Amino acid sequence: MTEGVIFDVKRYAIHDGPGIRTTVFFKGCPLNCQWCHNPESINPEPEQSLDYRDPFRLNPFSKDNSNLIGEEVSVEAVMEEILKDMIYYEESEGGVTFSGGEPLAQIDFLESLLERCQEEEIHTALDTSGLAPEESIDRIIDLVDLFLFDLKLVNEDSHKKYTGTGNKTILENFQLLRERNPEIELRFPLIPGITDTKENVQGIKKLIRKRSGLSRISILPFHDVEKKYSNLGRDFDLAGVEPPKEKDIRDISDEFEKMGIKVEVGG
Amino acid sequence: MNDKVASCSDLKEEFRGRQAKIAPVNSRIAKLRDQTVRKEPEITPERAVLVTEFYRDNDLTDVSSPVTRALALKHIMENKELSLQPGELIIGDRGPEPKLVPTFPEICTHSPEDLEVLDTREKNPYRVDSETKDIYDKEIIPFWKGKTMRERVFETTSDEWQAAYNAGVFTEFMEQRSPGHTVLGDKIYRKGFLDIIDDIEESKTNLSPDDPNYQAKTEELKGMKIAAEALISYSERYADKLEQEVLTEKDEKRKRELKRMAEICRRVPARPPRTFWEALQYYWLVHVGVITETNPWDAFNPGRLDQHLYPFYKKGLKDGSLTEQRAKELLQAFWIKFHNQPAPPKVGVTSQESNTYSDFAKINVGGVTKDGEDAVNDLTYLILDVVESMRLIQPNFMVQVSKKNPDRYLKRALEVVESGFGQPAIFNAESIIKQLLRQGKSIEDARRGGCSGCVETGAFGRESYILTGYFNMPKVLELTLHNGIDPAKGGRIGISTKDFSSFSSFDEFFEAYEKQLNHFLDIKIEANKKIQKLYAEHLPSPFLSLLIDDCIDNATDYNAGGARYDTSYIQGVGLGTMADALTSIKFNVFDRDNFSLPELVDALDDDFQDREEMLSRINDYTPKYGNDLDYADDLMERTFEAFFEGVDGRPNGRGGTHRVNMLPTTVHIYFGEKCGALPDGRRAGRPLSEGISPVQGADNRGPTAVFKSVGKLDHAKTGGTLLNQKLTPDLLSGDKEKTKLAQLIRAFFRMGSHHVQFNVIGADLLRKAQENPEEYQNLIVRVAGYSDYFVNLTEGLQDELIARTEQRSF
Ligand code: SF4
Repeated sequence: MTEGVIFDVKRYAIHDGPGIRTTVFFKGCPLNCQWCHNPESINPEPEQSLDYRDPFRLNPFSKDNSNLIGEEVSVEAVMEEILKDMIYYEESEGGVTFSGGEPLAQIDFLESLLERCQEEEIHTALDTSGLAPEESIDRIIDLVDLFLFDLKLVNEDSHKKYTGTGNKTILENFQLLRERNPEIELRFPLIPGITDTKENVQGIKKLIRKRSGLSRISILPFHDVEKKYSNLGRDFDLAGVEPPKEKDIRDISDEFEKMGIKVEVGG
Repeated sequence: MNDKVASCSDLKEEFRGRQAKIAPVNSRIAKLRDQTVRKEPEITPERAVLVTEFYRDNDLTDVSSPVTRALALKHIMENKELSLQPGELIIGDRGPEPKLVPTFPEICTHSPEDLEVLDTREKNPYRVDSETKDIYDKEIIPFWKGKTMRERVFETTSDEWQAAYNAGVFTEFMEQRSPGHTVLGDKIYRKGFLDIIDDIEESKTNLSPDDPNYQAKTEELKGMKIAAEALISYSERYADKLEQEVLTEKDEKRKRELKRMAEICRRVPARPPRTFWEALQYYWLVHVGVITETNPWDAFNPGRLDQHLYPFYKKGLKDGSLTEQRAKELLQAFWIKFHNQPAPPKVGVTSQESNTYSDFAKINVGGVTKDGEDAVNDLTYLILDVVESMRLIQPNFMVQVSKKNPDRYLKRALEVVESGFGQPAIFNAESIIKQLLRQGKSIEDARRGGCSGCVETGAFGRESYILTGYFNMPKVLELTLHNGIDPAKGGRIGISTKDFSSFSSFDEFFEAYEKQLNHFLDIKIEANKKIQKLYAEHLPSPFLSLLIDDCIDNATDYNAGGARYDTSYIQGVGLGTMADALTSIKFNVFDRDNFSLPELVDALDDDFQDREEMLSRINDYTPKYGNDLDYADDLMERTFEAFFEGVDGRPNGRGGTHRVNMLPTTVHIYFGEKCGALPDGRRAGRPLSEGISPVQGADNRGPTAVFKSVGKLDHAKTGGTLLNQKLTPDLLSGDKEKTKLAQLIRAFFRMGSHHVQFNVIGADLLRKAQENPEEYQNLIVRVAGYSDYFVNLTEGLQDELIARTEQRSF
């Protein structure tokens, strides 16, 4: 029986795709972005936090350790939680979003979950950094209804500097996806001084122009999550960075909009 | 200090921002609104004096009670002062001026101490001047001593009842307010009072002298006719006054207005209304009649306003006699009239169970027509605009949402919710209909029904549905744990079931609870019957009986079972607390052996002093209702079923039936004060859960989980349930958010649920929530791509959220 490590399930997620959704957060990510809003998602193993965790979040009667972030769970345990909100998915044409961390990093687990969702006729979205072997994408592409694809930095060096890895595979996978033509929504984290530079925005625009036909682009403005890091005993490299100004957000979203792409802020 | 100033101005900013979107009202309405909002409620002795005069100066020994009551009303309506405010478009007030509140000494005579408390209390005071106090001392109190309904009610109840009442097991609605709790149907829009008098005459000719109640019925009809004439004279007096005003008024425009108002008062209520304005004025006169005859709880209420007024609205627009703007102004003026009449001053337990100026007149819009079609029309939207522009606590306002109603309507209602003052409450039309059908109403009557008060379901214009008192389920649990002894006082008030040390299974324990529950329900229901008889005998309401079918045809008073349908409600309180308390017992004592029942009871008696480990087990590691966990939700259902079985279908004292509904108003605070510590970890004296909402702070998995849990309750078996939810503004700030919230509500209603009400919270409150997290446990906020409970967020994230909320464009 396939198991995987997840660290949270959020119900009434209303900014992770269409309708009312349940978002399942996978633990473990091949990137290590300095601004990551879910630092607990990076390490693939369960870990201790100073934060109180709801012990009944997934398995009501399993254990008493409320400080452990991340839990190894079965596909059926996750499905049980997903199926609870079926009536809301139906009413809103919503569904489930797999996010993280990087869901593709647990490809067997992800594939089983996607298959089960297909059986139950639940709309699926996959929020991905795009960093995964091509075979992984191949295995799930027909099971995913909507890709939420994160594009951060176009310049390979900057990408390496701020996320810990290069972006070659990511861009190749983006291209691959565009060729196979599933529905894609682009997600662009707006990090002051890092991703909001002219060159980067131009670079992203170029990427999209070459591959038109995206359903929309979501701009995700930076916010301070230092406390999350300190709870895990880690430093937050971007401590003290101010959230982007309203006007800057508007300017950038205007630029994308001018290309005829639907833009949304927040996510 | 600086912080406080800052948060105050933020609040203003935020509200200014929200209000900027709202169309401003014209200067006439602004003035009237300002007047009613600023004026502090004050007691007027006017009605007390008139009613005392009437009873004192007339020999009533051979006069029947319906005729006596009707003549008393006539005396008041023919002698009370007629208030007329500059610029007013709709006339009639309960007191001599707006916000002057009369009293009802024949029902409850306020003592000098009561008046003192009302005058000086911190929350919801009513000013009482020395002249009023004097009149009370000299005229009112001496005359009514020993004759009031309040005294009769308490005299008629048993010792057992009194012990339970004093221990806070239940409350009694009729001890200082008369039965009412009803809503007007469509009758007055078809019939004038002269037509109604014709109906009375016809009913009289149909009476057979062989009828054993021939005498009583004849007297009742006589009383009804006098009551009808009383309102006609009141209106005629207004017409005279307005005509006088016309003569002295300088302003030409106002002169024309006053002339028109005089004509309207000559027309209605005697004859049926022809125009929008006449219809509104007619209803308002009737309203004043009902709330002057007695002090019925939930005042009175026009019910399905958009349905009743739509024909007049359409006709007026078509023939050019009305514009949309004028209709709006008239409705705004109408809204102000409700706000001018604060609830009659409540004292004692009654003021604790309903601690508010609101008199619960609840206007309904939307839903379906009597043929089951979508009832939303242009006027529905106009009324929503009016509600948004008025921002008044009275009248109460709700939208009925049916599957057949368009999404645009629900979203418009959510926009009004977003403006942040808790209105409208959102109700499920299909659930209302289902409840009424289960209770045996016809399908048409069910579709023409709705909800009044807080959430109470009724067949408008055709049903007497009377709330009889709140029932404290957790207190019964506490008594079960103490084998019938009240730990607060040490005396026995319940029955002896079983000592807590000898329960061997949860089912056995629950059985003991059910026995105890039924014991107290029996006491309550027996007393209800007696109290209802007292009202039928001593305080009939011939005026109200004119308005509710089929009192005239049956020649029987509203208070004596004359209405087509007759229901007595007992309102269950503390469902969430019960669910968690029972879950805690089942989980920790019987399933897990975490501690024994004696250990638990011991801890309860010590208010959990030095029981940190036990408290942590209960608070952090025991399932809770409201999280979509069947373990706890099942016990919520079981609690409800036990209460339902104990009440539903049992006869009342008027040939009707007892039913349940689940709402608290403010009694969960008072009931909480009456309970010691409870097995859900709640400390002694703390509030109980409210309505059917989960325990404050126990539900932490988002709105879909709460709605699923709450949806497991069988709402169709109730006559209304109440669910509160708090939201931050950004959860419905954009179109997308509103759409999703609307879908959430639609799904919730698909489960058969009855009602939900939202509080929308701003940055200032988030700050307060951060300072006092225990008070804001279920405040929901959007975090980053998902929504979560504010108190569950780390401090840094909270700070960030506070900042973000101020930048509302995000
Ligand atoms: S890709 Fe996403 S989850 Fe992974 S480190 Fe970057 S921001 Fe965090």
